[in-house]
Amino acid sequence: MSGRVPAVGPLLDVADLTVRYGPVAAVREATLHVDEGEVIALVGPNGAGKTTLLHAIVGLVPAAAGSVALRGEAITGQATETIVRRGLALVPEHRRIFGGLTVEQNLRLGTVARRTADGVEARVAELLALFGVLAERRDQLAGTLSGGEAQQLALARALVGDPDVLLLDEPSLGLAPRIVDDVFGHIAGLRDQGLTIVLVEQHAERAIALADRVYVMASGRLSGGEPATEHTAARVRTGYLGG
Amino acid sequence: MDVVLQQALNALSLGGTYALLALGLALVFSILGLINFAHGELLTISAYSVLGLHRMGAPWWVQALAALVVGPLAAIAMERVAFRRVRSASPTTLLLTSFGLSIVIQAAFLIAISPRPQAIPQPGWLQRSVEVAGLSLQAQQLLTITVTAAALAGLSWVLGRTLLGTAMRAAAEDFDAARLMGVRADRVIQGAFAASGLLAGLATILLLARRGSVDPHLGLLPVLKAFVANVIGGVGSLPGAVLGGLLLGVAETAMRAYLPQGAAGFTDGLLFLGVVAILTWRPRGILGRPEAVRV
Repeated sequence: MSGRVPAVGPLLDVADLTVRYGPVAAVREATLHVDEGEVIALVGPNGAGKTTLLHAIVGLVPAAAGSVALRGEAITGQATETIVRRGLALVPEHRRIFGGLTVEQNLRLGTVARRTADGVEARVAELLALFGVLAERRDQLAGTLSGGEAQQLALARALVGDPDVLLLDEPSLGLAPRIVDDVFGHIAGLRDQGLTIVLVEQHAERAIALADRVYVMASGRLSGGEPATEHTAARVRTGYLGG
Repeated sequence: MDVVLQQALNALSLGGTYALLALGLALVFSILGLINFAHGELLTISAYSVLGLHRMGAPWWVQALAALVVGPLAAIAMERVAFRRVRSASPTTLLLTSFGLSIVIQAAFLIAISPRPQAIPQPGWLQRSVEVAGLSLQAQQLLTITVTAAALAGLSWVLGRTLLGTAMRAAAEDFDAARLMGVRADRVIQGAFAASGLLAGLATILLLARRGSVDPHLGLLPVLKAFVANVIGGVGSLPGAVLGGLLLGVAETAMRAYLPQGAAGFTDGLLFLGVVAILTWRPRGILGRPEAVRV
C-alpha cells in the first residue's frame, strides 16, 4: 500500500513452520512465500491444517519450530497484536465479529491496528462507501447482521487497519451461493487494487481462479506454490477432491 | 408507605455497594475468565491505606482520594505479580491463585498490623440525617446512592463511548478476535483490573462510612456477596452484576426489616435459598447468555 518501503525478497516468508497440539503435528515443516501484490490460494481438505497454519503465522498458536518473517523481519513468537500492528491482518474463519458492538464500533476497533493516526476518518468513510450495506447498518448491533453482511464487516474491519498482507480464512463458509459471489467480487476488487492476499478457501476452483499461485495442504504438509492455471486447478481437483 | 420508601432507600444503598463490587468481579471475569476472590483484599488494602492516612491526621477527603488511588494500583499490582504468569492456565489454576493471593494478603495484615479491628472514625456529617417529605435520609446513604449512580454512569460511558472501553467489551466477547484487531492484551487486562480496583476503592469508602473500622478480613464477606450477585445476574454479564447486586441488597434489606425477630438469623440462609431458586429457573443467572455450542 502507499507510503510503504517495498519488500526486499518475499513480503511474507514462512520457513519450515511446525505446529504441535501435544504429540500431534498439525502443521509439518510448512514453507511458503508471498510476494508483494500476489494472491495465494491455500487449498486442501478439512482438517489439513490450513487454519492452524494461518493462526501460527499471526501468533495465535505457538510454532514448535520454523520461522515467519514479514518484510524480511522475523515475527515468530511475537504477540498477535504486535504482528497485526506490523501489517498482517487475518479475517478468521466464522468471521468472529463482535456481536455486542455496533457495526461502526466493530469498524473503529479495526483502526487500532493502523500504523498511523492520520486518515482514520477518511479510511472509515471509504470502507463504508465500498461496503454500502455497512453504511446502512452503521448503528445496528453486529450480532443482528446476516452472514453475508457479517463477512463484509469482517473484511472491512481488517482493511481499515491498512494491512500489508490480508489472510482470509474460509470467507465463503456458510454463505448462500449468491452471497459467495459478492464476497469473491470484493476479494477480486482488493486483488485489483494490488493488495497481497493469502486465501484459504473450500471452493478451491474459485480461489484458484483469483490466485496467482496455489499451495495445497494435506495432513499438515504443504506443497505446491505453482502458478494458478487450469492445469493446476485440474490437478488440485483430482488430488484432494478425488474427482 | 413511608416505611416501604425508607426500606427502598436502605436497599438501594446496600445494593449499590454490592453492585460496585460485583461489577468489579464481572469486569475481570468477562475478560480473563477469572473469578478473582482476592478482589475483597482490594477493599482491605484500600481500607488500611485510609487507616494510615487517618493516623497521620489527613482529612476525610484525602483518605477517600487515597482509597481511589490505592485500589487501582493494588489491582494492577495483583495482575502483574500473581495473574499474568498464569493467564493462559486452566480456570482452576486461576481460581486457586486468587484464593492463594487472598490468604497471603490477609495473613500479611494479620501479622504486620493486628487481627483486631482498627477504628477509622468517620466525619460527623456522614451520620447526620435529613428529613425530606417525611423520610429520614442519612447522608451516608445519600453518598452511597449518588456515588454508585455516578460510577455506573461513568463506567457505562467509558465502555460505550471510548476506544479502550470498546476494546474491553470486544475482548470480553472474544479475546483472540480482539487481539486480531491489534488490541493489546496486556493493556485491556490491566484496564479491567484498574477499573475493578477503582470500583473496590469506591466501595471501600462507602463500606467504611457504614462500619467505621478495618480488620484483615474486611473484604471476605463483601466479595462473597459480590460473587453471589454475579451468580444471580449471570456470571460475566456486566448489567447482570449490577442487577444481581441491587436484587441482593433489596432481598437482604427486606428480610432484615420484615422477618420475625427469631428468624433474623436465617437471613443469609434464606438468601442462598433464593439464589438456588433463581438458578433452578435460569441456570445461567437472570441476564446470563446461554453458552454457544460450536458444531
